[in-house]
Amino acid sequence: MTTPGKSAAIEVRNLVKRYAKSNTNAVDGVSFDVSPGQIFGLLGPNGAGKTTIIGTLTTFIRPTEGKSSIMGFDIVDSPIDVKRRIAVVPQQSNLDRSLKVREILTFHAAYHGIARKQREALADKLLGELGLGERKNEKVSRYSGGMAQRLMIARALMHAPDVLFLDEPTNNLDPQSRLFLWERIRSLNAQGLTILLTTHDMDEADKLCDRIAIMDHGKILVNDTPAELKKLIPGGSVLELRAWADPAEAVRVGARLLPALRALPGVTKVDEAAAEPPAAPPPGAGKKPGGGGWPGGPPPGMAPAAPAQPEPGILVYRVYADAANTLIGAAAQAVVSAGAEVRDVSVKHPTLEEVFIFLTGRHLR
Amino acid sequence: MTGLAVNAFLAMLRRDLVVTGREFVPFLLQALMQPLFFLFIFGKVLPGIGLAAPGFAALMLPGIVALTGMIAAMQGVTLPLVLDLGFAREIDDRLLSPLPVWWVPLEKVLFAAVRGTIASSVIFPLGWWILGDGFAVRSDRLLMLVGMVVLTALVGATIGLLMGTVIKPEQISLMFTLIFTPLLFTGCTYYPWGALYRIKWFQVVVLFNPLTYAAEGLRYSMVPQIGGHELPTLPLVWILIALCTSVVIMFILGTRTFKKRVVT
Repeated sequence: MTTPGKSAAIEVRNLVKRYAKSNTNAVDGVSFDVSPGQIFGLLGPNGAGKTTIIGTLTTFIRPTEGKSSIMGFDIVDSPIDVKRRIAVVPQQSNLDRSLKVREILTFHAAYHGIARKQREALADKLLGELGLGERKNEKVSRYSGGMAQRLMIARALMHAPDVLFLDEPTNNLDPQSRLFLWERIRSLNAQGLTILLTTHDMDEADKLCDRIAIMDHGKILVNDTPAELKKLIPGGSVLELRAWADPAEAVRVGARLLPALRALPGVTKVDEAAAEPPAAPPPGAGKKPGGGGWPGGPPPGMAPAAPAQPEPGILVYRVYADAANTLIGAAAQAVVSAGAEVRDVSVKHPTLEEVFIFLTGRHLR
Repeated sequence: MTGLAVNAFLAMLRRDLVVTGREFVPFLLQALMQPLFFLFIFGKVLPGIGLAAPGFAALMLPGIVALTGMIAAMQGVTLPLVLDLGFAREIDDRLLSPLPVWWVPLEKVLFAAVRGTIASSVIFPLGWWILGDGFAVRSDRLLMLVGMVVLTALVGATIGLLMGTVIKPEQISLMFTLIFTPLLFTGCTYYPWGALYRIKWFQVVVLFNPLTYAAEGLRYSMVPQIGGHELPTLPLVWILIALCTSVVIMFILGTRTFKKRVVT
């Protein structure tokens, strides 16, 4: 299974998973390698197949096709060898609620054959390191989400795995817990642990991962370092343009403006973005008659309570270009020529989020 | 590798012992409340007011032992599994241990059988205390008695495994009614099988309930001779074949659905 000259901690080849009663592949021919000691991030919208990949690599999901191995052990042929070398921190707590916190760790270690003295010492050490030492004799039901998450990480480390799987580790965590977790992940990685994590948080992926694979519809679209991924946006910049046209004319104006923007020099892609409501609507903004988007005015009794609506007639475009900063004048000109007013123009340097949206689009899953 | 798997298996047994040990009183209350009242009403009150024959208690006691052991074993595995496989997923930690997946249900079944055996055993002092003079158990088939108690608990545990892997959390109360009630009343718990010859069709129907064989097996091992005559029961060999077959089939089916639920 391993390629000559290097031995991967995780090796995935043409992995396909089709669930029973489904006509599409949840994972559709995915291949990637994770080198020992790497932090590898799987990014993708909900339903992209990230959790299915983790499920397959952790032996809970049987692949439909393809071969994968962990530390050289095939996930289908040698599941027990695989289980000895991996640890999993799932999205939702699966902590044993019948046990006390410390017992969760010691029993986990016992399942993995670690001797009593050793496992008790290790449990105390990890509980202390993760800030849970004071409450080690409680049951998990009294733990907060952040504490449960830390406990699951402690549990995962009890049998000294080679590969750690983290499925959306910082989802629903407060900023303190998130920072703490990032530090832990880095220090574990510094000790040689290979980590595969999934996340929606681009900042997290950017800060933590050595390599990132962006997935959508069961396929890996790109797989590279964060720095290289950002270069995927040609020229490395995005011009974000907000314009306003008379609401009655907006559709026609948009139809003229979009091709005009596409025709600007060096433009590779133009996305029409949904106008978002103003961040802090001025008091009374929603009360303007006819201003809430209701034909003939808002229904009786609704206007005062209506939530912030995007101002009608606002058009938002994201212009991906080689050098977006040189396009400001031309883009503004195009807006005016199309019969609209410029509201805001900004040049953005690509974040991973831009790359993600560039690759996977903006529609909701 | 096998040593590691055996270690993991033993650790899981120890985990269940620790958890049950901590909840031992609630466990006993749950297992014994119903038999306590059954013994009192059917063994004491009904004969006391002349609605049941005085010997009825001796015929019913084995049925209560069988029912209690079987239900306690089932409860030990069904409900935890339904919740675990449905949403709690606490079992994942054990599934990620270095042992074959089917050892996890095996451990569940063995431990549930221990619970069933304990519950059955407690019926004896309880019966002695409630029934007083009506308490009559022969002592010459003690080994058979122990075997029957354990086998009955295993039957309950394996049925519980199958139920626990088939039932969805939202169906719990319906399924308990649909399965427990018929099981309870068609299991020859409160009447010996032989006496059903007057209602032939029913005598055949109850043969499809494993509890019938457990109750009859315990009657064979417990009911004393009356006037030098043995109580007629189902033939011992059929009892043993039926109970063992039930354990094997239910375990295979239960393990198969278990695997399907945990490895998709």
